[in-house]
Amino acid sequence: MLIEIRKKPFNAYAEMQYYLDSLDIVGKYGATANFVGSMRDFNEDKKVTHMTLEHYPGMTEKHLETIAKEAIEKWKLLDVLILHRIGKVNIGEDIVLVATWTAHRKDAFESCRAIMEQLKSGAPFWKKEETNSGAKWVEKNTPGY
Amino acid sequence: MQVSVKYFASLREVIGEANSVVDIEEGSSVDSLWQSIIKRKNIEFDNVMMAVNMEYVKSEYQLKTGDEVAFFPPVTGG
Repeated sequence: MLIEIRKKPFNAYAEMQYYLDSLDIVGKYGATANFVGSMRDFNEDKKVTHMTLEHYPGMTEKHLETIAKEAIEKWKLLDVLILHRIGKVNIGEDIVLVATWTAHRKDAFESCRAIMEQLKSGAPFWKKEETNSGAKWVEKNTPGY
Repeated sequence: MQVSVKYFASLREVIGEANSVVDIEEGSSVDSLWQSIIKRKNIEFDNVMMAVNMEYVKSEYQLKTGDEVAFFPPVTGG
């Protein structure tokens, strides 16, 4: 299990491969599921130029760890990787990565989605979007189900 | 007793500070602390979320000396 809050841009697909290469699960995993959230140039019909992501140091990591540990137990995950950006995020940059490795696809799909939805609804991160008409805090996330 | 209080995101901007130390009565709930803060600051803020020692709590949670209390708006990560 690896959970990291990153201040610098990352390539989610490269990170997933790099982490997988560090694991000893070849032959054990038969399914990989992942979700990558990236920075759009629009939100609610407004043009967004960039955004700033804030978190609650300590609580954010603790909350993500709890979500990940519950998923490991519930879906018998072989491993899980969660990365999340903070600070200034530019258009096209990856914001979040959740990847799960399991023996079969059902557990991989379900666990990846559940972790992502729990992160969205509970992990203490906040987005402030910069638009051509000024900065604005995002008030709520769109529902995932 | 004293507790430390943190504010995040839009609430920090409304409050005008990120951290404070607050004196409250023994046995106060986290909600009574919140009510005293919004009254003192003369602000309105809907849908506040509350955490104590980095875990979510219900509004009736009873505070203890030295607790780290956090108030913040709904989360918008991911």
